[in-house]
Amino acid sequence: MTVLAVEGLRKSFGGVLAVDGVSFAVEPGEMLALIGPNGAGKTTCFNMVGGQLRPDAGSVRLAGRDIGGVSPRRICRLGVGRTFQVTATFASMTARENVQVAAVAHRRGTWRPWRSAADLERPAAEALLDQVGLAAQAERAAGVLAYGDLKRLELAMALAAEPRLLLMDEPTAGMAAGERVALMRLVRGIATGRGLAVLFTEHDMDVVFGVSDRIAVLARGALIASGAPEAIRADPQVRAIYLGDGRTGGERPASGGRDC
Amino acid sequence: MGFLLVHALTGLAGASSLFLVASGLTVIFGVTRIVNFAHGSLTMLGAYVGWTVLTRLPRDPAWFALGVAGTAAALAALGALLEMGLLRRLYRSPELFQLLATFGVVLIVQDAALATWGPDDLTISRPPWLRAYVRIADERFPVYDLVLIAIGPAVLACLWLLFNRTRWGRLVRAATWDREMVGALGVDQRVLFTSVFALGAGLAGLAGALGLPAGSANLGIDLSVITEAFVVVVIGGLGSITGAYLASLLIGLLQAFGVVLIPKATLVLVFVVMAAVLVLRPNGLLGRGGAPTALAGTATPVRPPTRGMLLGWGLLLLAALAAPLVAGPYALSILTEAAVAVLFAASLHFVMGPGGMASFGHAAWFGIGAYAAGLSAQGLGVPMPGALLLAPLAAGVAAVLFGAFVVRLSGVYLAMLTLAFAQIVWAAAFQWVSVTGGDNGILGIWPPAWASGPAVVYLLALTLCAGGAAVLQRVLYSPFGYALRASRDSPLRAEAIGLDTRRIRLAAFAVAGAAAGLAGGVFTFVKGSVFPGFVSIPHSMDALVMVLLGGVQTMAGPVVGALAYTGLYDGLLRATAYWRLVLGAAIVLLVLAFPEGIAGAVQRRLRRA
Ligand SMILES: Nc1ncnc2c1ncn2[C@@H]1O[C@H](COP(=O)(O)OP(=O)(O)OP(=O)(O)O)[C@@H](O)[C@H]1O
Ligand SMILES: [Mg+2]
Repeated sequence: MTVLAVEGLRKSFGGVLAVDGVSFAVEPGEMLALIGPNGAGKTTCFNMVGGQLRPDAGSVRLAGRDIGGVSPRRICRLGVGRTFQVTATFASMTARENVQVAAVAHRRGTWRPWRSAADLERPAAEALLDQVGLAAQAERAAGVLAYGDLKRLELAMALAAEPRLLLMDEPTAGMAAGERVALMRLVRGIATGRGLAVLFTEHDMDVVFGVSDRIAVLARGALIASGAPEAIRADPQVRAIYLGDGRTGGERPASGGRDC
Repeated sequence: MGFLLVHALTGLAGASSLFLVASGLTVIFGVTRIVNFAHGSLTMLGAYVGWTVLTRLPRDPAWFALGVAGTAAALAALGALLEMGLLRRLYRSPELFQLLATFGVVLIVQDAALATWGPDDLTISRPPWLRAYVRIADERFPVYDLVLIAIGPAVLACLWLLFNRTRWGRLVRAATWDREMVGALGVDQRVLFTSVFALGAGLAGLAGALGLPAGSANLGIDLSVITEAFVVVVIGGLGSITGAYLASLLIGLLQAFGVVLIPKATLVLVFVVMAAVLVLRPNGLLGRGGAPTALAGTATPVRPPTRGMLLGWGLLLLAALAAPLVAGPYALSILTEAAVAVLFAASLHFVMGPGGMASFGHAAWFGIGAYAAGLSAQGLGVPMPGALLLAPLAAGVAAVLFGAFVVRLSGVYLAMLTLAFAQIVWAAAFQWVSVTGGDNGILGIWPPAWASGPAVVYLLALTLCAGGAAVLQRVLYSPFGYALRASRDSPLRAEAIGLDTRRIRLAAFAVAGAAAGLAGGVFTFVKGSVFPGFVSIPHSMDALVMVLLGGVQTMAGPVVGALAYTGLYDGLLRATAYWRLVLGAAIVLLVLAFPEGIAGAVQRRLRRA
């Protein structure tokens, strides 16, 4: 069954039409890359799926259920985990505690003012940190972690809630090229293994073409193409608008300038 | 009809006075981002300096105007000195420390004014032209009030021209948006900030001097003025001059008609309006979004207590329990107050540190607890244990009801709303004489025979207060405590992992309220009485000073801060009549020396070692 189905999504900020009638769907175990130049409306799409923004029009269906305009908290409870383009973590806690808080929240264990939190979900948190390659940083405060490590931490926090849909907004920003591919291979493995649906955006084309099952291309708020990676690579419209001179690998998009 | 018109005009005159103070406060905040608690003190100094000047000048209108202008200039100079000597060093400190420093200035100015001008209200003699009336719709209306009515819009117009039509004004506005950019323009930003502060202080001085003919120079001006000015600035939107004018009109008219409609509850009325505005428009009438939120500074990691720390706490507690063996009655009474202070400070720390909600009105919960205990014990004959149970219950319930509004806001707006609520409670305690006894308070609430005597009272207070503080600590290391910090660190992330940040913050607010209420209830039986002073601004500030002295981000902070503050306070009270001056100076120096609090500084030393 389709995990996420988005239909005719629309959002404008003041006069700017940021997302204009976008539709796509993600199946279990599938990784869909939503790509496009800076300002194309990718983050805005993520925020409407994640509940941070209310769509002006269109529907967002999670396993058949309409979640348009539902609060982020409820959407999380329905099985959607996410990372943010600008990382959001708990700076006053260690990496391990960050993941513990997420895991405890997932198990509805937050409202226990008497229980000591120190060892709650600790093994699970440590396993997750190990999985994303943060085991060595587990006891460091999130406030002092490098940017790439914060991205990993966000991934671990999202996975702690055992989601069926994972939203990743530029998950590898701040990492070296080799690390990027390794991290996304890891996600690829989890997606295939657990049937997790993944919607992600990424400026590194090696990563995009290397791990995604399908690619949707957004430009100025509208979807200009979607399909298998080979089809996208060959699409003349995409080449013209997005890939510029036809380069496909390893480069940032021609219009890209911002890094995160 | 005429009656309505005259009241409306009175309201407009009041609005002008309010606007003079509030515009200075809002200009200073808009540019320097400093919440200047000492702004009321500058107004008070304006009144005193104005009195000194005007009583020495000939009493005709021209000399009066000149004297008032001279006073404003003197206060502007003083403001510039204050900025250069103190605030300039604090622009990089967390906003709460800036606020604490300006509160230190309030204390210093209080005693300086007392020493210079004495305790009596000072009035100027009013020559005939100041007593003149005009007839408006069959009512007599003071000419001087008409002048005041005109001054408000005139100052508004001048400020508008200054900020929009001069190079200086454009630079200042640019600095409000982007400090670095102004530096890049080759403008000395420090001069800009000093001049802005001088302008604000000058306006405060103007307001103080202009208030003399209808009032007096007295030592109560500082806190009454600062409360009203905060209300106006917050309703208008922080940093907005036009907003401040609109809010002044609203509050001025409200006060003028409030006196007629519900003479006993004008204060309550004003604060209810403020709460209503903030609920509908969280940034005030004309305020821009993005008000500062990180009042307490950046979050540093918090580690669970180590075995050694727990041992330290245990030893401290043992020593405290053994104190009656060696301490005399006086020392015991101080220790009892210290115990109450620890719980009071710990409860504020709970919402302010881990909760990230800086409450400026924490005395409200203390007071509600105190009155709940006092009224139930005396009015209903509830025995002490019952009364001590009712205290946290009443405060907790009140905190839930009120917290529902508070947790929607953040930063300075949240602080101001809590201050407003505390003032409502204070007004109720003060004005509802038939129930609370008003200024006389409720007297004769003593513990039963089994619990009398300083040692027993001390041990009782110690048990309840240390127990309460320990409970708060324990909660902070529970999943709930982590969720609370999570909601503070990143509400965005907290919601995205399924946490209900509002409910968590509200629960924390209620827990802290209940704990403060327990402290208040205990204090009632310690003192045998309850007074409106329990709910006053200075009492709220006591809690704030204790928490900030100790350090917001350390769990030991409130305990250290409460003990240090109680000790300092008692020592000063015994050593000098000018204890405010010394305390204020100590606060200012401590803020300059330890911008992260005593416990914070010690902790960093230890880490480094
Ligand atoms: N909160 C907002 N208010 C106003 N405009 C916004 C807001 N958020 C996004 N926009 C605008 O909407 C458009 C789409 O922005 P969005 O952040 O979704 O792009 P993006 O594809 O994620 O870009 P990037 O690759 O730079 O992250 C941009 O023109 C942006 O300026
Ligand atoms: Mg984006």
